[in-house]
Amino acid sequence: MTDLTKLTIAEARDLLKKGDITSRELTEVHIASVDAADALNAYIAKTPELALEQADKADAKIKAGEQKGMTGIPVGIKDLFATKGVHTQACSHILDGFKPEYESTVTQNLWDDGAVMLGKLNMDEFAMGSSNETSFYGPVKNPWRRGDTDTVPGGSSGGSVSSVAGFAAMGATASDTGGSIRQPASFTGTFGFKPTYGRCSRYGMVAFASSLDQAGTITRTVRDGAIMMESISGFDVKDSTSVDMPVPNFEAALTGDIRGKKIGIPQEYHLAGMPAEIEALWQQGIEWMKAAGAEIVDINLPHTKYALPTYYIVAPAEASSNLARYDGVRYGLRDVPQNGGLVDMYEATRAAGFGDEVKRRIMIGTYVLSAGYYDAYYLKAQKVRQLIADDFKRAFEKVDAILTPTAPSAAFAFGEKSDDPIAMYLNDVFTVPASLAGLPGSSVPVGLDANGLPLGLQILGKPWDEETVFKVSGVMEEAANFTAKPAEWWR
Amino acid sequence: MSNIDKATVAKIARLARIKIEDDKLEPLAGELNNILGWVEQLDEVNTDDIQPMSSVVNAKLRWRQDEVSDGDKQESVLKNAPNAEYGFFAVPKVIE
Repeated sequence: MTDLTKLTIAEARDLLKKGDITSRELTEVHIASVDAADALNAYIAKTPELALEQADKADAKIKAGEQKGMTGIPVGIKDLFATKGVHTQACSHILDGFKPEYESTVTQNLWDDGAVMLGKLNMDEFAMGSSNETSFYGPVKNPWRRGDTDTVPGGSSGGSVSSVAGFAAMGATASDTGGSIRQPASFTGTFGFKPTYGRCSRYGMVAFASSLDQAGTITRTVRDGAIMMESISGFDVKDSTSVDMPVPNFEAALTGDIRGKKIGIPQEYHLAGMPAEIEALWQQGIEWMKAAGAEIVDINLPHTKYALPTYYIVAPAEASSNLARYDGVRYGLRDVPQNGGLVDMYEATRAAGFGDEVKRRIMIGTYVLSAGYYDAYYLKAQKVRQLIADDFKRAFEKVDAILTPTAPSAAFAFGEKSDDPIAMYLNDVFTVPASLAGLPGSSVPVGLDANGLPLGLQILGKPWDEETVFKVSGVMEEAANFTAKPAEWWR
Repeated sequence: MSNIDKATVAKIARLARIKIEDDKLEPLAGELNNILGWVEQLDEVNTDDIQPMSSVVNAKLRWRQDEVSDGDKQESVLKNAPNAEYGFFAVPKVIE
């Protein structure tokens, strides 16, 4: 019997349709695989009973001829999506015990299509991190190791990528604020997809930086990403920034034909000090695109170097405002010092509940929004952000998609960068610009470095043109033929 | 431009309602100065006549009827409260 955890979503969908397997069988195998992967620390809450209940419902749906792309497919859910009655804490201590009374729209869309929830996935606290080392529930391990050394899975969607790369979920929801889908996908040899800002509803997503946050997916193939993205996308009256546009059939975009498409290569992404093998892989990607009939066009995105500093004003500013709600009154942790009053309770609760990185960002955000500094920092950053978006707008007058490396390095070891916030922030140097501009993008696994660790290439598209990103990603995937798998040391 | 000292960190912490112990103020001042010093490279960029971005998608906010669409959920709203009494969130005494 084939190992059902190794199937892609598309393969499982076809077997379910033919009646060769049931969702219950598929789900049971995955529940066992989730338990066997405890060493990865990808799941921080498991929901096997719920999963089996959903699987039986899915099997009934399939029997009734009502199968959709995600029907009966077992997935993991990042801990920042509200799931009714189930652990939802964005992996922060301050949300201790929080079980929402409502469901996020992204997860509701999945359940409406008949998908199956295996559990909630680990992440950096409030999605603030690039290595999954800031979670209150401890770091996630990358299934891929550097020799005998454990490596980080990237972040913030560390549990999402680790569970999918480790065959403990067929797909996972994730979220991107500055690269939290694409960078960890690159670190784990998975396919990460972030849609245009406004494509998915943010209702029920724990807010970090509202003008940047956007849901997306982690899967093992491009086709699986197209299937899952179509399920979670769509207009929602409950999110005023969700945009009322029809969701295309993303899978239909995978024609394999990119002849005549213009692919832009931004010269500013040739970073000094970047490993030669990443440059080489990027060049290889360019050759693959040419061989498939695309036209390569050099482009300039002159404000690229200012994207990270812009991000580290805008995102903390919005975070300091969003995270003001955690005050010990309505949910989660409460810490009242002896004889303390209301303000003492706020201060003690927030001191005990937030981790160091979250505190650091709230402090930065509070400072840049405070009287006398707002214009110099926040307003300045929003102006530079406009220039960054204008760079992309001009580039997309000449090209259909942009090709870059996803991250400036492969996965690193634990503790290697956690002492230096700025060194950690530099991980997102290639992903942050597109986040600031709200563009759709993906990371496609294309090869291994000298240490045997996966590397990805990033593909960016025009607003609302996810289809071209999928199309180009599909061609890249086929050309790269990335079939390497991590040794299953965790089982 | 930025030169955050201990007193400024204490003030920011107060504004952010996060209790920071005295011995942590100095190291935090160093960290914040590092980060702010790094972001100040934005000063090189000429932003005269540039409008600050207010929204990444050029979508107008939708109009809707001003009517109640949801509610009557006192129990749900209070369900996760650390302390709720008589249908209210309960907090330490504010008025002496």
